[in-house]
Amino acid sequence: MLREEVGGAREVPAQGANVRELLDDLMSQFPSLRAQLVREDEIAPFVNVYVEGEDVRTLEGLDTPVREGQTVILLPAMAGG
Amino acid sequence: MPTYRELLAQLRSEIEEVDAVRARDLLAADEPPLLVDVRELDEWAEGRIPRAIHVPRGFLESRIEQAAPDKSQPIVLYCAGGNRSAFAAKSLEDLGYENVVSLAGGYTDWKRNGFDTELPRSLDTEKRARYSRHLLIPEVGEEGQLKLLDSRVLLLGAGGLGSPAALYLAAAGVGRLGIVDDDKVDASNLQRQVLHSTARLGEWKAESARRTLQELNPDVDVVPYRERISSENVERILADGWDVIVDGTDNFPTRYLINDASVWHGIPLVHGSIYRFEGQLTVFDTKAGGPCYRCLFPLPPPPELAPSCAEGGVLGVLPGIVGSLQASEALKLALGIGESLAGRLLLFDALVTEFSEVKLKKDPACPVCGEHPTITEYVDYVEFCAGRPAHA
Repeated sequence: MLREEVGGAREVPAQGANVRELLDDLMSQFPSLRAQLVREDEIAPFVNVYVEGEDVRTLEGLDTPVREGQTVILLPAMAGG
Repeated sequence: MPTYRELLAQLRSEIEEVDAVRARDLLAADEPPLLVDVRELDEWAEGRIPRAIHVPRGFLESRIEQAAPDKSQPIVLYCAGGNRSAFAAKSLEDLGYENVVSLAGGYTDWKRNGFDTELPRSLDTEKRARYSRHLLIPEVGEEGQLKLLDSRVLLLGAGGLGSPAALYLAAAGVGRLGIVDDDKVDASNLQRQVLHSTARLGEWKAESARRTLQELNPDVDVVPYRERISSENVERILADGWDVIVDGTDNFPTRYLINDASVWHGIPLVHGSIYRFEGQLTVFDTKAGGPCYRCLFPLPPPPELAPSCAEGGVLGVLPGIVGSLQASEALKLALGIGESLAGRLLLFDALVTEFSEVKLKKDPACPVCGEHPTITEYVDYVEFCAGRPAHA
């Protein structure tokens, strides 16, 4: 679902010292992502962000630091069955 | 050359025997010996001494080391009359077992003394044939198969995910399968919904499922529910009694509903969802202290951001993979073996054939399964989708 906004790519490189900066960088590359990801200036409740497999809500939220080479997953809820 | 009688007499002077009374005392101790029944299968099936394990005489040497890896462990062997167990005791001594006794007079004498026996159910010949590949697995065996035959799994949806899940659960001999689906078989289903067929176009999916599953395995009691789960019927359907729920639905409102129901009823929920090439899979088991769906996604997305398979498309085989994994989780839960996916969200991308996972933690502030729940009644989220009626 998010892939459509990034031209079908599975992985997209982005920069930032923390999740907030990373997402800002991502959305500046792909502005249409914002509608999918952001609700009232926060990450939408139906999209989860994971840094190296851990939900950032269990870490420091948008302030969670990210290091070079780490994998950040944007995971939207899916309902298909 | 000695006769059988002579051999037996010779053997009995070399091994140690105990009578039924002594055996009973040994077995009643705080640290009882390992009790091994060496009789044939049909004798075992008719009754045994409680807590005995079954290693038939023919398989003794090849299987005893797995059953008793420690050769100093005390072992009591028995057969019907005390002769086969004498030979067995000699074999074990030859294998280096240090502490083996044979029950003189065997099971016959045990019963004559009026001591406890157990007559548990066992599988008939047809079931032994059908489930033979399960019986060969130590973690399953006869006991596990009997457990499966006693299990009741509720499947929501007889579609993409429900098809493979139902097929494999039925094949495995899950005793009762509930199938909840209010849809009819449509041509577009046949690209992936392998429970159905061209001959069944226009039929109720729950009925079509029942026919396919019953043909595959008549041991299974397939219970079709030709309805859509909502706050109005969920309690009635759950009241029929289920050990595991498999979520193969295709919309958010139902997923949240069944999640809440599974939390309140303490029934583990096997979650699977798919879109195009990707799948997500986990187990919500709050009774075992795990997270629930709302710990993962507290709120559903608005309809315009929640495409269904009809809108986004799906690779036909993808629900086959995810649904089969759901069946695997359900079987492990029913058997009580292995580790479920509780606490882990498995992600599958068919396009690059990659499995990955993220951690799922229980949220103490979760509105349903948290410490101070704020949702205590069923919510029927309203979903408007192109071409679909609203369910309020």
